[in-house]
Amino acid sequence: MKKHYQKAWLFVLPVLLLVAFNALIPMMTVVNYSVQETFGNNLFFWEGLGWFEKLLHSERFHAALGRQFLFTAIILAIEIPLGIIIALSMPRSGFWVPVCLVTMALPMLIPWNVVGAMWNIFTLPDIGLLGYLMNHTLGINYDMTQNTFAAWATIITMDVWHWTSLVVLLSYAGLVSIPDAYYQAAKIDGASNWAVFRYIQLPKMKQVLTIAILLRFMDSFNIYTEIFVLTGGGPGNATTLLSIDLVKIALGQFDLGPAAAMSLIYFAITLFVSWLFYTLMTKDDTN
Amino acid sequence: MAKITLSKLRHSYYPNPKAPEDYALKEIDLDWDDGGAYALLGPSGCGKSTLLNIISGLLDPSEGQILFDGKDVTALPPDQRNIAQVFQFPVIYDTMTVFNNLAFPLRNRGIDEVSVKQRVEEIAHMLELDDMLQLRAAGLSPDNKQKISMGRGLVRKDVNVVMFDEPLTVIDPHLKWKLRSKLKELHHRVRATMIYVTHDQTEALTFADQVVVMNDGEIVQIGTPVELFERPAHTFVGHFIGSPGMNVLSCDVNQGAALFHGNPIKLEGAIEGDKGGITEIGIRPEYVSLGDQGLKAKIRKVSDVGRHNVVDAMVGETLVKAVVNGPVPAQGEAVHLSFEPAKTRLYRDGWIATQAQGTQP
Repeated sequence: MKKHYQKAWLFVLPVLLLVAFNALIPMMTVVNYSVQETFGNNLFFWEGLGWFEKLLHSERFHAALGRQFLFTAIILAIEIPLGIIIALSMPRSGFWVPVCLVTMALPMLIPWNVVGAMWNIFTLPDIGLLGYLMNHTLGINYDMTQNTFAAWATIITMDVWHWTSLVVLLSYAGLVSIPDAYYQAAKIDGASNWAVFRYIQLPKMKQVLTIAILLRFMDSFNIYTEIFVLTGGGPGNATTLLSIDLVKIALGQFDLGPAAAMSLIYFAITLFVSWLFYTLMTKDDTN
Repeated sequence: MAKITLSKLRHSYYPNPKAPEDYALKEIDLDWDDGGAYALLGPSGCGKSTLLNIISGLLDPSEGQILFDGKDVTALPPDQRNIAQVFQFPVIYDTMTVFNNLAFPLRNRGIDEVSVKQRVEEIAHMLELDDMLQLRAAGLSPDNKQKISMGRGLVRKDVNVVMFDEPLTVIDPHLKWKLRSKLKELHHRVRATMIYVTHDQTEALTFADQVVVMNDGEIVQIGTPVELFERPAHTFVGHFIGSPGMNVLSCDVNQGAALFHGNPIKLEGAIEGDKGGITEIGIRPEYVSLGDQGLKAKIRKVSDVGRHNVVDAMVGETLVKAVVNGPVPAQGEAVHLSFEPAKTRLYRDGWIATQAQGTQP
């Protein structure tokens, strides 16, 4: 019986090869680097788990990791509720539906580096629309190249602008799949708007929200391009998130070993948090 | 509990209806007696659900009024009308337990927990949901879910009316039976007015004391299941109820006699009303018999449906169905058909136009 289906492996082979070339082999190279030290000229010296040990005790790494978690936590705390609120207030039928959907999708269609550049110009104190408005019209001192708070406010606003749409679209998809009978029954049962949200809309959106949170977690945890273009990690190291720091070590200082070790830890954290989150969110359904 | 009166009710889904075709419901005047078990029967799209949603307040009628015990409730929202509605697909609150589901309408109305508990347990017992009260409602089977939606309606005391909108659509056939008799039993116990919407005649006829037949936004007949079967007021009722439906045969009327393919046909009584219009003879297949005398016909097809045979006979180009118990003729055979006069009626423009037996002209 079992023998018949062995052929299936053959069909999986192309994908396996593809994955090998774009994921497994590069990743193994990283593993290889992480246990060695190089001084160039393709000379490598065995280092063992030394880099991992040093990294886990390094203040620089702790700071970057802390900033990374802070950033992700803030954008999730803003984007998820905001996305749900926008989705709830979008029309369910009629002429405005496609208009809203397209408008929502627009920010997501813009490439990361363009988003970074756009916001960079937008916030320039002298000529940027927002920068000029804040500094010269409203009289608020706003310069993200000088001020840590301004820099954080800007990267968060930028991410919210860029990615809330994703949460909106997913939530909206969840909402429109709720049959009218639920709302009608709730009306007859005398349910308040809050009760309708809490007991009908939220449970029906749970699946898509799980995906939305997961995607936003992974994306924001790995964010690089926009922040690199916008603040370059500054002022000082104020917005040096994990990925920015990683690139600085790997390409700026060309410390391949520590950078490789850091990538692996980084990868493990992302994987672990995603797994943990997904397990927790779907636990109810399997019971 | 209340008597429900619909007065000059009309509804259109268009903003500015003009022609009669624009109306999903064409002028309806109807009384639902307190405590009655009604079925609202009709084909899909005939306006049954529209009517139901107007009674429950989910839809505002374009014209007319809804009265509960003589009190105008047309402007009241659904939660203030004290009604219950069970939908085609079971509506349950997924995240809640069965208990919380049943308690939901009570808690929304600010009723104290002691009464809630007592009332929920009472209803759960009636619906045989006692051992499931602490389970998550989401994991239950469709029939139990549908029981919960029913329970949420019944849990409130003094419900004016419980409405069912094709509630058995998603239920497995063998459970349909159980749930239907449960409904009937519930009606006997709670004595609330119940309106059961369906397009399935078996469901309607088994559930209801009175069946309201709708077609094309109009009520065509109200009566007991027997009345609807025995003396349909409209060819639509005759055709829609019964399996196979009533034979509707176009005929001529000449000097007070109905002529079908030139043959005079005896009717239950004298023909009423004006001349003209489209005239048809209505006779149920159950009352058509094959014999040595009568209309000449040729057998086209015989279908064995289990309890009896349905014979398709051709009188000229017209198909007449007959239900035959016992031996059946072969295909192609020439036979004679006779109609039982007491069950043979004339319809003019669809509506019955013969005097019932026993009435004097």
